Amino acid sequence: MAVILENRDLGDSMFLMITDHGVDSAPGQFYMVRGWDKYPLLSRPISIFDSDGKTTKFLYRVVGEGTDLLSKLKPGDEVQLQGPYGNGFPEIKGNRIALVGGGIGTAPLYLAAKEIKRKNPEKELVLYLGFENSSHAQELFEDIEADARFKIGGYITDIIDFKSHDAVLTCGPEAMMKAVFHEAKDICGEIYVSMEKRMACGVGACLGCTCETKAGNRRTCKDGPVFEGSEVFFE
Amino acid sequence: MNRLITKLAGFNMKNPVIAASGTFGYGHDYEQYYDPSILGGISSKGLTLNPKPGNKGIRLWETPSGLLNSIGLENPGIRAFAREVYKMSEIDTMVIVNLGGDNLEEYIEGASILNDSPIDMIELNISCPNVKAGGMAFGMQCDSAALITREIKKVTKHPLMVKLSPNAPNVADVGVACAESGADALSLVNTFQGMAIDIKTKKAVFENTYAGLSGPAIKPIALRMVHQTVKAVSIPVVGLGGISSWQDALEFIMAGATAVQIGTGNFPNPNLGKEIVRGLQKYCEKNGIINIDEIRGII
Repeated sequence: MAVILENRDLGDSMFLMITDHGVDSAPGQFYMVRGWDKYPLLSRPISIFDSDGKTTKFLYRVVGEGTDLLSKLKPGDEVQLQGPYGNGFPEIKGNRIALVGGGIGTAPLYLAAKEIKRKNPEKELVLYLGFENSSHAQELFEDIEADARFKIGGYITDIIDFKSHDAVLTCGPEAMMKAVFHEAKDICGEIYVSMEKRMACGVGACLGCTCETKAGNRRTCKDGPVFEGSEVFFE
Repeated sequence: MNRLITKLAGFNMKNPVIAASGTFGYGHDYEQYYDPSILGGISSKGLTLNPKPGNKGIRLWETPSGLLNSIGLENPGIRAFAREVYKMSEIDTMVIVNLGGDNLEEYIEGASILNDSPIDMIELNISCPNVKAGGMAFGMQCDSAALITREIKKVTKHPLMVKLSPNAPNVADVGVACAESGADALSLVNTFQGMAIDIKTKKAVFENTYAGLSGPAIKPIALRMVHQTVKAVSIPVVGLGGISSWQDALEFIMAGATAVQIGTGNFPNPNLGKEIVRGLQKYCEKNGIINIDEIRGII
């Protein structure tokens, strides 16, 4: 069990939960999070916002019963974290990387950007982060050594010049990721998308989170959640 | 001393705890939590002769204390599985292949191919509510259930357990029909057919409209059906439906189940299999029970 150190209301239904869970994880991975005993039945798949060997942080949005319960937990309360699960973002070869997030899909891009900068400080990163409404969530991205550009409302692709990038990591609503992929596919050599699906087990056993890809069905929880854009948006 | 040794259709199981089909992959997915060989048995994800992509759209929908699923028997097909079966058979436990099909011929061919596989038992799935053809259709009536049991018994060299649907008008009667047709064991229940509507989109949640309900919500009904079936047949009955603790498992055993399967309970608690094995063993130790058989079917 992990202990909650902070569970901050960021506005617009978004929260930042900081736990004392010290297990290292890769950017793009997630935990099955459970802040209750038996009910609701299933734990909730929540991507890792940050992990520094001492704490694990989650940026999440209240969308249903489970996340509502999570939002009501207080410092000192315990949560069960199963994971880290999933493949996470791979090493990026490109040097001018765009990280494109929409809404709560911005969450995994923080650790992704941080890790790229840690390993390859010379790489240029631009975060393009779209939210429906402004909130304190934006402030969370301000301490990354990268140019963070925000778009409140409208299409995130309106503020991206893909020609100035050679790689793209994206996470957000599927329609947004699809638009990003199609605008970037002839320009950027590497495009990775992080998919979101309903999940029950998180370990690849139940096949509830299947994602159709060019190479056939893949399990979002185990084979993903990060896929090459061309694998997912092939039609 | 292991007090849980259980005999099922000629096989000596370490304990009466089996991972249920569709919730445990092909046996290896939970290895980061525990060694699957501590289980009494593992039933594979449902396999069909030909590969199936499964259903489109939403596949999972949580309900109060339950889970609706509409996976649609996604699987690589028996031939692809045959190459992998060795990996599953390396696990030192009772290896069960859950066999589905669109029609009788497919079931028969599937069972024939499995004759060459180093497995311990076939679990005949005539109770999947999430496929358009085959699936649950064979399990709804006594005559169709009897027919398919008889035909598979003719071709298979493996012990045959038939997995029954709680959606049949009388599941115990279907159990009797399967037993009379040569089934070596029965397992019940598969999921209850259910439904959910998304009131925002004003549409059924699932592309197939109906889906299968599992989880703690169904446990009392499953227990009643297992009890009734145990009373009606003389072959072993494996009970499942909403088991989430060793106490739940014990209820099914007291109701007469030879063994139990754990399914949906693995999802919220990936250690459930291990916990149930330990819980049952400790219960026997505390209560001076030499073998769990002593309390089986006492109700």
